[in-house]
Amino acid sequence: MTRYPIHKGEHNPTPGLKVDPEWSVRMLTDFIAREVRRTGHHKVVLGLSGGLDSALSAFLGAKALGPESVHAVLMPYRSSSADSLADAQKVVDALGIHAETVEISSMVDGFVGVTSGEIDRNRLGNVMSRCRMTVLFDRSAAHRALVLGTSNKTELLLGYGTLNGDLASAINPLGDLYKAQVRQLSAHLGVPRSILDKPPSADLWPDQSDEKELGFSYDEVDRLLALLIDARISRASALERGFSPEMIDRVTKLVLRSQFKRRLPVIAKMSTRSINWDFRYPRDWKS
Amino acid sequence: MRKVRVVVAQIAPRLGEVQANLEHHLEVIEQAREAKADVLVFPELSLTGYELRDQVADCAPDCGPAVRRLAEASTDLDLVVGYVDESPAHKFYNAAAYLSGGEIRHVHHKVYLPTYGMFDEGRYFARGDVLRTFDTSYAPAGMLVCEDVWHPTSAWLMAQQGASILFVPSSGPTRGARPGEVTSVEVWHELLSVTAQFQTAWVVYCNRVGGEDGLIFGGGSIVIDPFGRTVAEIEPLAEGLLVADLDGEVLRRARTAYPLLRDADVEMIYRELGRVRRTRFDLPGEDPEPST
Repeated sequence: MTRYPIHKGEHNPTPGLKVDPEWSVRMLTDFIAREVRRTGHHKVVLGLSGGLDSALSAFLGAKALGPESVHAVLMPYRSSSADSLADAQKVVDALGIHAETVEISSMVDGFVGVTSGEIDRNRLGNVMSRCRMTVLFDRSAAHRALVLGTSNKTELLLGYGTLNGDLASAINPLGDLYKAQVRQLSAHLGVPRSILDKPPSADLWPDQSDEKELGFSYDEVDRLLALLIDARISRASALERGFSPEMIDRVTKLVLRSQFKRRLPVIAKMSTRSINWDFRYPRDWKS
Repeated sequence: MRKVRVVVAQIAPRLGEVQANLEHHLEVIEQAREAKADVLVFPELSLTGYELRDQVADCAPDCGPAVRRLAEASTDLDLVVGYVDESPAHKFYNAAAYLSGGEIRHVHHKVYLPTYGMFDEGRYFARGDVLRTFDTSYAPAGMLVCEDVWHPTSAWLMAQQGASILFVPSSGPTRGARPGEVTSVEVWHELLSVTAQFQTAWVVYCNRVGGEDGLIFGGGSIVIDPFGRTVAEIEPLAEGLLVADLDGEVLRRARTAYPLLRDADVEMIYRELGRVRRTRFDLPGEDPEPST
């Protein structure tokens, strides 16, 4: 009897993390331009840390609105790495956007001075993040500019950000892009090499590293999140794909525990038409 | 079928601004006249925008007069427009109207309201309950709004009633961009091509562009012939007008080469559907035996 060749199919439930850089940039720059103009504004303001996320937001903002309409604020703390500031400056120079430097050490120290007892480094990190938010929203009012967000999907899902701090913005072009996708678009737009190559860090204390703190690499967690969240695969399928049970459990727990950071505060329903329950208008309501 | 020139308006309606959208429609109508259009197709909810939520009820009162105003403009070209249609019983429909000769010729209420994932139409709209074709000066036609066409029976029912052209106004959002494509545009094109092929009918797809609340509408409007081949298409994401001439000769050739309409066994389908229905809803009745 003839031996027939066997063709084995393999099902891949997720198309992977590859994005089309040109179409994606087009969609995101259109998004920024549309949302900014819809609210009667022309400008954006953003905090530039020297890291990859804020660099990409700045590049997208400049492409969408023109460099003259992007106001970057560099907000180092005393302990911030000098490299971060230098990298932020590279973005400013590459794009020709407006920039100012606001040293936040005295704000943070002033707060610490009126706070009783010891403040650990996590709390201090949150205070820094919220001081930066305060500066940005003040500049937003001063320049009639919207605050451009810089939180990516990986961070948002893991809750790796400060509520009312770096998570606060008016519009966020990066919120549905995993870190790996932020990297692809950044490379495509010509974000400086030193920013693309360095390990991601919140830079809230010396030698801080996202990947050390999270306990896994962005590449790994991006792949896992894309499977669990986007492709809705089960824990069992994730195990089959070689992810460790510890990692799956830790990631699942981080996503669950940080749900509050992705929502507005809970409002107790006390009327017949409560905000967000039965008073449902889009953000772009009549704009 | 008579030869007909179709213009598809891939535009970005403004959310909740019926008056501004009406004025924009009138401007586009002028351009379509210059292009010698017989029919001009606007996207789903073209007079109101898509992500309305509670604005559905707010917008509805302005839609009636706006549609009547557009009907007045339909003396020398026909129009397909999308709006919120409020019934006398105050049900709100996601509607498409066919305007012709100064009148509202036909109204279709969207039958399949997507209520999953990013969609929540079933919360705000009433569901249409009929699928009917209508006559135009050039051919019998049908309108299917966006999700309607994802259910193959919709196009099939239209074709069985005689529709030679299916107009598909849409507000189809993308899901980002994969290498080489704006996600969901290609899926739509495949689906529409198969629809045209299966029903041996022209398919005229008008998808909007622009964005609302972070939703990004893909565009990718396309005209497909009854063989399933692309006649004309417009690039994703950008506003623009698409012009295509639909020729009855092509329809005749397709239906001669592929007599799917002739061979559709409506009686058998009706019997089997009756059996499915009886089983699903536990209804009494005799199941026909297959012939031996």
